[in-house]
Amino acid sequence: MPITYTSGEQVEVYRFSIPATVGIPLLALFAQAFISRHSTSFSYIDLPLLITIFFAMARRNPISGLLTGAVIGLAQDALTGLPLGLYGISKTIVGFLASSLGVKLDVENAGARVLVILAFYMVHAAMFFMVAHGMVSLSLTWSWSRGILSGLANAIVGVMLFYFLDKFKQRT
Amino acid sequence: MESVLGRYKNLIWLVAILFLQVLGLAVQVKRSGNDMENTRLIRIWVVDAITPFERGLVWVESSSSNLWHNYFYLRGVRAENRQLKEEIQQMRLEQVRLSEDAAQAHRLQTLLAFKEQYIAKTVAAQVIGSSGSDLSRTVYIDKGVDAGLERDMAVLTADGIVGKVLVVYPSTSQVLLINDQTSGVGVILEKSRLQGVLRGTANGEVMLERIMSDEQVNAGETVLTSGGDQIFPKGLPVGTITKVSNGKDLFLNIKVRPAADLSKLEEVLVLVEKQDRAPLPDDATHRRAADILAERLPSVPDKPPADTKPPAATTAGAAKPTASSKPGTVATPKPANTSGSPQVANNASAAASDHTAPSPTPKPSRSVKSRESKPAASIKAVAGSQTTTAPLKPAAPSATPPSALTAPKTVPAAQTNASTPAQPEDNPQ
Repeated sequence: MPITYTSGEQVEVYRFSIPATVGIPLLALFAQAFISRHSTSFSYIDLPLLITIFFAMARRNPISGLLTGAVIGLAQDALTGLPLGLYGISKTIVGFLASSLGVKLDVENAGARVLVILAFYMVHAAMFFMVAHGMVSLSLTWSWSRGILSGLANAIVGVMLFYFLDKFKQRT
Repeated sequence: MESVLGRYKNLIWLVAILFLQVLGLAVQVKRSGNDMENTRLIRIWVVDAITPFERGLVWVESSSSNLWHNYFYLRGVRAENRQLKEEIQQMRLEQVRLSEDAAQAHRLQTLLAFKEQYIAKTVAAQVIGSSGSDLSRTVYIDKGVDAGLERDMAVLTADGIVGKVLVVYPSTSQVLLINDQTSGVGVILEKSRLQGVLRGTANGEVMLERIMSDEQVNAGETVLTSGGDQIFPKGLPVGTITKVSNGKDLFLNIKVRPAADLSKLEEVLVLVEKQDRAPLPDDATHRRAADILAERLPSVPDKPPADTKPPAATTAGAAKPTASSKPGTVATPKPANTSGSPQVANNASAAASDHTAPSPTPKPSRSVKSRESKPAASIKAVAGSQTTTAPLKPAAPSATPPSALTAPKTVPAAQTNASTPAQPEDNPQ
């Protein structure tokens, strides 16, 4: 089974350079906004979410993870016409859960990453739906099929993206 | 206590960050649903960080595309040029017909004192990015406050409307597309003239709301802006109805395909200036044509008994224009003559007085005061649905009377009503 339980001593904690810490989320936001302009179907891919999961799981620090999620989420909110906090709250929770999971599990291979990304995508979608529906009164409809398909698409993109981003990891 | 804080440190951080965001979100929702002024600072930071990259990439993209299309890929230009010339010929023919329609519409608008908004000035802008979310249908354009853009300005393409400016930054603006679920546009159906509200849905479709289910609406009908939202001028193309079905609450579910391709926006126009166009000055629209004529034309001085005569008898012979003159045109000054037929004046005044009935005691033209004919002024006598425009020639020196009143366009139904030349010596001014 690709997902293995590891003790705290066995798990490697990574850090990233400041340019990578700032540049990669910015690049993800930029790519999300720019590519979606050319292809509306790309808006089903959530690059900022994938970046949040990657950083959170690599650093394995819940506080760092939730702060990363909050900042990326709020920045994503700022690009939309929606109130700030919709993506912020969802990604804060995902960042916290991903880093908490990263402490317990070692998910370095592709199969584990697909499952983890799919699960976190669903968590993110559920949180977003609850906040958008409950607090902002956006008229959204929940669709399991759409959520799972989008989640799988994000998982596939995420595996490839994580493979590329692994090169920016620095051992502590 | 310290150990408890240490043990639950992560959870405390999570709760604190979530609490702050929920609080901020609640404040935004409570203050106003869509007002982004209170979060403007954060948005400016993010937009300023992202849009320069987008702007640069769009520039590279368009430059390379222009280079290819303008210098390398010129195959078929001659054939295309020939085809375009043929299209121009066809469009010229069409233009002749449309200009007649436009003239008629203008006359009708004059009759109703109708004011319409029209596009006075637009600013072309390039779409440089989007929100990146399928739940927020917004795009970014490369023009902002520096180019004179303001919030709630209409954004359109040659095909149809696109949306409105939502947030304006110094050199960038965010445009809310018409298929966003928070968008709303006042529209009217082209044929049936039914009015409704166009709204976006969560999945990016465009629906026409507020049309009762007992109305007859067919797929394929064109949807235009109604002008009721005070953002889009009236008559701009919005889209075409693709599907009509019964909805809830006695309203129809009408799906509309936008005229502009919202998924492939490249260049857009921002409507930065609208103007109200009124066919006539206010005072002229509320005055009867006969009164305007009476003021402009000379009168026969001091004939009290003539004023008491019935109007029909007074001017019975004046309704017919002279054979030598064209209708509405007087070639020879006849200072002693009366100004024209009261019957004609009545017809004109009936139409010009905002659909009110003509005065039961029509003014004889004989009793009108003598006034100067102003240079380059014009007389509009509206009869039925048509308008006669009789521009007055510039006043001649006092020794020489002006040669004629001319009416370039005559109205067969009402005939001419200006048959008396101006008398410069009667001019008090």
